[in-house]
Amino acid sequence: MKITLERAALLKSLGHVHRVVERRTTIPILSNVLLQADGRSLLLKATDLDLEVTETVAADVGMAGGTTLPAHTLYDIVRKLPEGAQVSLDAGEDGGQLLLKSGRSRFMLQSLPESDFPDLSAGEMTHKFTLAAADLKKLIEKTQFAISNEETRYYLNGIYMHTSEIDGHSMLRAVATDGHRLARVEIPAPAGAVGMPGVIVPRKAVNEVLKLIEDAESEVTIDLSSNKIRFNFGQVVLTSKLIDGTFPDYARVIPAGNDKRLVVERSDFQRAVDRVSTISSERGRAVKMALTDGKLVLSVTNPDAGNAVEELEVDYDSTPLDIGFNARYLLDIANQLDSDTALFRLADSGSPTIIQDRDGAAALYVLMPMRV
Amino acid sequence: MAGTGAPLCRDCLSDAPAGARRCPSCGSPRLLIHPERDALSIAHVDCDAFYAAIEKRDDPSLRDRPVIIGGGQRGVVATCCYIARTCGVRSAMPMFKARALCPEAIVVKPDMAKYAAVGRLVRARMLTLTPLVEPLSIDEAFLDLSGTQRLHHGSPAATLARFASQIERDLGITVSVGLSYCKFLAKLASDMDKPRGFTIIGRAEAKALLAPLPVGRIWGVGKVATEKLAAGGLRAIADIQARAESDMIRDFGREGQRLWRLSNGVDTRAVSPDRETRSISSETTFEQDISDAEALLPILHALCEKVAHRLKTADLAGRSVTLKLKTSDFRTKTRSRSGLRATQLAARIFPVARDLLTPELGRTLYRLIGVGVSDLVDGSDADQADLADPDLARLKATETAMDAIRAKFGGKAVVKGIGLERPRK
Repeated sequence: MKITLERAALLKSLGHVHRVVERRTTIPILSNVLLQADGRSLLLKATDLDLEVTETVAADVGMAGGTTLPAHTLYDIVRKLPEGAQVSLDAGEDGGQLLLKSGRSRFMLQSLPESDFPDLSAGEMTHKFTLAAADLKKLIEKTQFAISNEETRYYLNGIYMHTSEIDGHSMLRAVATDGHRLARVEIPAPAGAVGMPGVIVPRKAVNEVLKLIEDAESEVTIDLSSNKIRFNFGQVVLTSKLIDGTFPDYARVIPAGNDKRLVVERSDFQRAVDRVSTISSERGRAVKMALTDGKLVLSVTNPDAGNAVEELEVDYDSTPLDIGFNARYLLDIANQLDSDTALFRLADSGSPTIIQDRDGAAALYVLMPMRV
Repeated sequence: MAGTGAPLCRDCLSDAPAGARRCPSCGSPRLLIHPERDALSIAHVDCDAFYAAIEKRDDPSLRDRPVIIGGGQRGVVATCCYIARTCGVRSAMPMFKARALCPEAIVVKPDMAKYAAVGRLVRARMLTLTPLVEPLSIDEAFLDLSGTQRLHHGSPAATLARFASQIERDLGITVSVGLSYCKFLAKLASDMDKPRGFTIIGRAEAKALLAPLPVGRIWGVGKVATEKLAAGGLRAIADIQARAESDMIRDFGREGQRLWRLSNGVDTRAVSPDRETRSISSETTFEQDISDAEALLPILHALCEKVAHRLKTADLAGRSVTLKLKTSDFRTKTRSRSGLRATQLAARIFPVARDLLTPELGRTLYRLIGVGVSDLVDGSDADQADLADPDLARLKATETAMDAIRAKFGGKAVVKGIGLERPRK
């Protein structure tokens, strides 16, 4: 393999793929990035066996062929080369080593054979659909924070995506929960998504997908089967295994009869919660919300530090209610809302509460109360 | 008060003149003589053949006969009286072996509720001596009597001697006392003169006394550790004493340091009264060895219900589940899973235990199965409503209802399908 290409193009592509490579791995080939030159382009590929990212970049190919190089080392070298430089890669005939040249710099790098590089992308995909990058971004961004870290409940360690028939419309839904809070976002289902199996996309995959969305105006094509999902961003393709498990029947935990309605000015509420929670302890992050006619009193009591109280004018005319929430969870949700006001639908101090921008908003959050 | 080292009569609690062999007041030979007698205040109190002693107390016809407390045909010996011990019967010995050694023994099924009640009485008496009581089990505890001289008008040794004779008089069971300057030696001492013993180990003789003992007598050194130490040429405690502390650390790490310190009579652990329950478990030995799931699962389920019941009674919840299996050739396996959500429900413990058991099923025959819950937290944190667990509320309500029925009509009033007897094929 013998190629020459722009440093900037190589750096950008390596930037996309090298993040997938784990810093510590016991299998040497997984530290490497696969390079394959053919025709007028160079293909780069990195994997951790659960997730694979490939990218194609234009290159001047002197001799077709392929090899693998340590991903982080290669990325660091290219990053440190001067702007505007040309980079040439020459794998020679026998393999085992690769010569990287740029200007007056020469690096002789140990390589591993391309034939050893694992392939994840095999397998039939059953469903294919295209959606706006902005929509995909919304589905992930608004649910990501609720993904669980619990290892014992591995089926919560991702975002559950499925389609559902709502009032005669097919919707594509993204759901995540850690047991304390649940986030559900929906968009009209794109053609081709209807009938897809419900899939759990792992956290690492959704994190990478978000980073790969550079232009919100563009479109992303998704291929999936019951055990893999592939995101096509044009030159970059991310393929991930899905979490093999059953996501809980979340619809049953979203309360239907919460009839106490509270509307708050979102930014005022956010700032007040943030202020009173300053004195809460690491362990007990509870903030108490005392609701009476037109008034919300937020308070935090920390036996070691003291207490804090703040009063807000709100829209509330149901029977008085005292309810506690984890302050950080309240803020996480408030940060995801878009409008100036936030709507809370409550039942009692021991039951889950629904938080939304307004009735019927695309994003719906459920939060478990805490004892206060 | 007599000067340090003067003999103290354990029966009439009066001081005897130095050099006396018997108490001049009551004639008892049970004199407590030790130069450091009044300088030591850490005690270990252990009831003698506790369960057997209670049964003998309640049924005088058993008094002069060998008594074994334990389960049916295939269980193990929980306790045996000192008469049975002369035949070679020991605690934790399989019942069939005990019967073979001592065929004339009377076997009594354990009545845990009764023993627990007596254990609580003993505990209450201990707490009148000092608030620093650290229970090790139902029938033994450490006591720190430092600074109680003025309160009890006497040295810790005198206080303990009085305590032992009062327990004997009021509760009808006997205890053995070990008195020293640290927990390790106090426990060692209480075991040296059983039953009805009172042994003192002072600072002066600690090292010499430890030297000839096998390393297995050190706290926490079991079969595996003994083998490991023997491989390093360490069989007696003297072998460890002969080495430098730094060498022990180099060869055995942190544990090496602990062993060196205990071997040299250095034990700085305080008597801590609030040592909490670390785990709750239940196990059973089968009449006949079992290998198949169909037979094991109902037993496992019953054990989970028992553990859940005890968690609820103690108002605790656990975050780890451990499965214990013993094979027909007496190898013990444990499998556990941690990081669970705090629970006290059998309906939550059982699926975890079942998942741990499944990979162990196959050709192996088992003679014992047990399940334990650890990583305990307060019961108020148990089974909190969970958005990712839509079935929880229903399971909790079902189990609460079953518990209520059992409380009213007895433990077998309502059983889950899995617990029902299946027709034998």
